[in-house]
Amino acid sequence: MLRISRRVLVAGAPLAVLGVADESFAQDVVKIGAVYPLSGNSASAGNYSKMAMEVGADVINNGNAELAKILPLAKGGGVPGLKGAKIELIFADNQGTPAAGQNQTLRLISEEKVAAIIGAYQSGITVTASAMAERYGIPFVTPESVASNLTERGFKWFFRVTPVAIDFAKAYSMFLKEQKAAGRKVDSVALVHENTEYGNSVSSVIAEVFAKDGLNITQKISYSANSTDVQPQVLQLKEKNPDVAIFISYTSDAILYTKTMKELNWKPAIMIADDAGFNDPSFVKTMSSLVEGLISRSAFAVGKPGTVPYIFNELFKKKADVDLDDVSARALEGFLVLADAINRAGSTEPAKIQAALKATNLPADQMVTGYDGVKFDDKGQNVLASSLITQMRGGQYVAIWPKARATADVILPYKGW
Amino acid sequence: MSLTLLQVVVSGLLLGAVYALFSSGLTLIWGMMNVVNFAHGDFVMLGMYTAVVVWTAMGGGPWASVPVAAILIATLGVASYFLLVRHIMKGPMLAQILGTFGLALFLRYSAFNVFGANFRTLPDTLVGGSFVLGGIRFEGARVLAGAVGLIVTLALHFMLTRTMLGARMLAVSEDATAAQLMGIRPQRMQALAWALAGGATGIAGAVIATFFYTSPTVGETLAIVAFVTVSFGGFGSVLGALVAGLIIGVVESTSAYLIGPVYKDVIVYVLFVLVLWFRPQGLMGKT
Repeated sequence: MLRISRRVLVAGAPLAVLGVADESFAQDVVKIGAVYPLSGNSASAGNYSKMAMEVGADVINNGNAELAKILPLAKGGGVPGLKGAKIELIFADNQGTPAAGQNQTLRLISEEKVAAIIGAYQSGITVTASAMAERYGIPFVTPESVASNLTERGFKWFFRVTPVAIDFAKAYSMFLKEQKAAGRKVDSVALVHENTEYGNSVSSVIAEVFAKDGLNITQKISYSANSTDVQPQVLQLKEKNPDVAIFISYTSDAILYTKTMKELNWKPAIMIADDAGFNDPSFVKTMSSLVEGLISRSAFAVGKPGTVPYIFNELFKKKADVDLDDVSARALEGFLVLADAINRAGSTEPAKIQAALKATNLPADQMVTGYDGVKFDDKGQNVLASSLITQMRGGQYVAIWPKARATADVILPYKGW
Repeated sequence: MSLTLLQVVVSGLLLGAVYALFSSGLTLIWGMMNVVNFAHGDFVMLGMYTAVVVWTAMGGGPWASVPVAAILIATLGVASYFLLVRHIMKGPMLAQILGTFGLALFLRYSAFNVFGANFRTLPDTLVGGSFVLGGIRFEGARVLAGAVGLIVTLALHFMLTRTMLGARMLAVSEDATAAQLMGIRPQRMQALAWALAGGATGIAGAVIATFFYTSPTVGETLAIVAFVTVSFGGFGSVLGALVAGLIIGVVESTSAYLIGPVYKDVIVYVLFVLVLWFRPQGLMGKT
C-alpha cells in the first residue's frame, strides 16, 4: 500500500508543480524551500542563516528604499517578473543528518510544492538533499556547501554560489608562503578535520595544493564532530608541535578544541580555522577571547555605509542582534541569486528557473558577500566567487588578505588567550 | 610510559568519572523500576542550562549552580514520575520507550524555544585555572567534575547497598507487591528513585557545563555515552557505571591518542560487544 502511494507521489509531484506553474499569473506567492540544520549540533549556524534569508525575503516582499538604489529586486511588492508574487520561504529541518536532509527535501518537493530549493549547510547533507532535487527536476542552490565533489556529479539542477575548497586552499597556501617570505617558520603543518564530507574533502584539497606548493603537511588528524572529548587530539598536536595548525571543524568541536587547547596549554605559532564552526556567531560571542589572532576565511566584510553588505547587515542586526557572519551572509547571497533567477524566469516552472539560473550574471556591486559577482559554469559552480582571509581581533574578524581588500595588518604569532 | 601518554590516561580517567556521573541517574532508574529513561540526556542538558542561567543571572559558579540544579532536576524527575512514568508503566514496553522518548523531545524543543539554538559556554575561569603536578596538567573544572563524579556515584552506591532506605528501594524494585506487604510504599520509593536520579543528573549537568558547551541538543551527544556506560557496567548497578565509565574514558583517550580519534569509537564498541558477549548483564549487572 505504501509502495503504491509513493509511486503515485513520484509520478504526481512534477505534474503538480507544472500545474501550479501554468497558473503562475494568478498566484500571489512563490514558494522556496530551505533545508537547513535548525536542530542538531549545527542548529546555531542554521538558525542564523534562516534569519538572514528571511531578511532577504522581507526586502523583496516589502521593499527597502536604500537598497532599491542598487538592487533591482528591493523595490518592494514581491517579484516583478511574477506579477508581484510574494516570496514565501518554507524551512525544513535537516536535523544535521543526511537522511533527514533527503526526507525533508522530498517533503518540500512533493507536499509543499516548492519552485526551488536552497540548502543545506553541511556538505554531507547537501549531497543527499540535492540528489533528491535532481531526481525530481527541481533547481537546488547551495549558498555555502564547499565539498569539491558536489559539482562533479554531472547534475543539471545543482548550482553553487560559494567559493570552494580549492579557492580557500590556494588562499591559505599563498598566505603561508608570504609569511614564510617574511621570515616566519611554516615548515610543519598539521591538518585537523572532522570526518564527514566537509572536513574530508576540504582537508584533502588543502593537502593536494600544499604538496604542489612545497608546504609540508606533517600531521593529519581526522575526528568525529560529535566527540565528547578532544584531549587526545590536542595532546597529539602538542607532542609534534607543528608551526601551523589548520582546523576544519563545526561549532561544537570548535568550542571543545578552543577550550582544550587552553586547558592543555598548547598553541601553534599560526593557527588557521577554515571558517564554519569558528565563524559561528555563537562561537565568536563566547569563545573569541580565547582565539585572539586566529586566522580564518570569510566571504563577508561589513564594508562602507550605503553598500549592499552594510545595509543588509543593519537589517540583520535588528532581527538577530548580531552582525551577519560569513555563513549567514553567504546564505542570504544564495537566496538573492535564486530570487533573481525566479524573477527573470517569470515563472515558477522548474525548467524555466533552471534556465534563468544558468543565465545568471550579477555584478559585484550587488553582492552581499565579497564575490566578484555570480556567473555559473557548466557544472553549476559560481566562477566569480572569491574569499578573504581574516583574523580575530578583539572579538571580531577583520580582513587581512589579500592586501587590496585588507582593513588591518597581519599580527603573528597566534596569541590565543 | 611517556609523559604525554600518562597525561592521556589521566585525562581519560577524569573523563571517565564524568561519564559515570552522568550515567548514574540512568542506571538508578533502571535498577529501581526497569524503565529506561530516554529523556536522560535532556535532563543533563537542563542541568547544564541551570548552571548557565545561574551564572548569567547572578555570576554564580558551580558552588551556587550545583545545589540549584540538583533540586530543580530532582523536582523534574519527581514530576516526570507522577505525571508520566507512573502511568506509562502500566502500558506495554513500547509505551514506556515512546513515553520517555516523547518527554525527551518535549524537553529538547522547549529548550530550543526558551534558550535558542546558540551554543553557550561558561567562562573557563569559573572553577579556577589549571595546575601542573609531576609534569601532568590538571584543569580545575575537570578535576572538580571528576571528583564530584566519584563522590556522587560512590554515595549513591553506598546508599543503595548499606542503608535501610536503599534496602527499601531495592525491595520495591524486586517485588513491589511483597514490599507493600512489608509496609513499604512502592510509589513513594519509586518517586524517591526519580528524585535521586534527577538530583545526580542535575549535579552532573551543572559540573559538566563548566568545561563543556551547552546547547539544546547536547543531551543527544551525552545520552549515547550514558547508554553505553550503563549497559557496559550493567543496567541497575551504580558501581558498575563507575567502573565502566572509567574504563571507557581511558580506552577512548588512549586509543584516540595511539591509533587515531576516528577509531576510538570502534575500539570502545568492540570492547562493549565483547563484554556483552561474555557477560550479557554487563560488568556488574545482576542476571
